Amino acid sequence: MIITIKGGFDKDGLPECVRSVDVSSGEVIGIVGPTGSGKSSLISDLEQFAQGDTPSRRYVLIDGFPPDPEIRHDPRRKPVAQLSQNMHFLADMSVREFISMHARSRGRDPGLLSKVLEMANTLTGEPVHADDNLTELSGGQSRALMVADIAVISDSPIVLIDEIENAGIRKKEALRLLSGEGKIVLVVTHDPLLALMTERRIVMRNGGMAKVINTTDEERRFCDSLFRVDTWLLSLRELIRRGEVLSATEAVI
Amino acid sequence: MKMVIIAGTPGSGKTSVLMHAIKNLQDLGLRAAVVKVDCLWTEDDARIKRLGVPVRVGLARDMCPDHYSIYNTEEMISWASSEGADVLLNETAGLCLRCAPYPDRALAVCVIDVTSGPNTPLKIGPLLTTADVVVATKGDLVSQAEREVFRERVVEVNPGCRIVEANGLTGKGSRELADIIRDSRDIEGEMLLRHNPPLAVCTLCTGELRTAKKHHRGVLRHLDGFTEYVGE
Ligand SMILES: Nc1nc2c(ncn2[C@@H]2O[C@H](COP(=O)(O)OP(=O)(O)O)[C@@H](O)[C@H]2O)c(=O)[nH]1
Ligand SMILES: Nc1ncnc2c1ncn2[C@@H]1O[C@H](COP(=O)(O)OP(=O)(O)O)[C@@H](O)[C@H]1O
Ligand SMILES: [Mg+2]
Ligand SMILES: [Mg+2]
Ligand SMILES: [Zn+2]
Ligand SMILES: [Zn+2]
Repeated sequence: MIITIKGGFDKDGLPECVRSVDVSSGEVIGIVGPTGSGKSSLISDLEQFAQGDTPSRRYVLIDGFPPDPEIRHDPRRKPVAQLSQNMHFLADMSVREFISMHARSRGRDPGLLSKVLEMANTLTGEPVHADDNLTELSGGQSRALMVADIAVISDSPIVLIDEIENAGIRKKEALRLLSGEGKIVLVVTHDPLLALMTERRIVMRNGGMAKVINTTDEERRFCDSLFRVDTWLLSLRELIRRGEVLSATEAVI
Repeated sequence: MKMVIIAGTPGSGKTSVLMHAIKNLQDLGLRAAVVKVDCLWTEDDARIKRLGVPVRVGLARDMCPDHYSIYNTEEMISWASSEGADVLLNETAGLCLRCAPYPDRALAVCVIDVTSGPNTPLKIGPLLTTADVVVATKGDLVSQAEREVFRERVVEVNPGCRIVEANGLTGKGSRELADIIRDSRDIEGEMLLRHNPPLAVCTLCTGELRTAKKHHRGVLRHLDGFTEYVGE
């Protein structure tokens, strides 16, 4: 599958610098840019398969053609899984009830609940249980559950992620689980580790796609040390949460 | 002329969605006129007037706002025609969940806020179950999974409806709604309600203030569900 984003117009109504971007199955693309530069709007255009009918007037094509209108209007047929910026669930029900209900709405086996929980618990230090109430989960637990739900229940060929950093979850692992095999992944991020894990990144400015940068080999060499820093930070966070006192041995990355 | 009833609980996003849809209708070359019905007070007319479309307000006061809206259907239509409108949009107060103010030939749009939780579609009654189009707003505030579970609940109670996922802030979904309005049929002849509204059925409807049971007459229902007729 190839998704094509045809450039539209920025906030001043000027044509976007990037006129067209193709993304094929198996690719992970980053979206970067300051707050308000249009990152979430670009994700939203992809989610809706915009046809010149959103503020940016972009077009999104599947394998070179506009998608069947039926696919646009029926989310159950949309090949898109989306992790939005929301850090919490609002539905007042148990994790069990909610995940089973979501599985049914996607025509999946409600028994996948145990798999969802198992995966969520690899991403967060605070375990999520089936009988927990959704609204009582912490930000980290909610994000971990959202990621696992997308990887197991939604399991769509196109995955759109609006920031997975800042939730205190293992983000590299989360991106790996969300990407699965051969999916098209677009991830909005300010996080150097995640940005360098992508093959290319779209730079947003004033509502428009300003340029596309290919991740260089030089940049990729940052990845290992960034990953070590990230793991170190998470482990310190965990020690502090458990009420322990950090010692000099922890100061080594 | 086409007529669209936009119903839904207060704060669900009716005015926000309506305003985006009006802009899209204008792009499609259609002239809109809006009637806002509320109980005591509204400021929606001032918001909508900024779009340069004719707006009229009706305040129902102590009458059920939906009964009031239905009772004034003809007046709204003749006013909108005198304004040269192609589409009459009526935003209801959305306070009475027993009533569904949808005439059969009008396009019935129920606006519902997904942050109200997946059980809300089961609580809303005829307002939702007899609508042609269900506009689900505020999806930006919840996860995709929550939107999908919510949608499933809507389909459970109204299997034939068209669901539009809209955002009152960004205008997402408003073009789709405008297209549905453009393609809806014209109103003509006598119209019938889709769902019979409960009329004045008890002494409370006509102004009795005392709470004690012995003062009440009419068709009355007890807490345990037992319904009886009290009176001559
Ligand atoms: N986050 C979010 N807020 C919305 C959305 N739609 C409407 N709102 C907000 O909800 C509030 C009520 O909207 P309004 O259109 O006045 O609702 P009405 O009472 O049904 O007419 C306003 O503050 C809107 O800005 C939406 O899709 N997302
Ligand atoms: N191409 C565009 N044309 C018009 N408005 C835009 C465009 N891109 C973004 N916007 C508007 O700019 C605001 C900020 O965009 P958003 O996507 O939320 O930015 P970010 O996610 O980068 O913080 C939103 O109100 C959005 O509707
Ligand atoms: Mg954003
Ligand atoms: Mg309103
Ligand atoms: Zn009523
Ligand atoms: Zn009464």
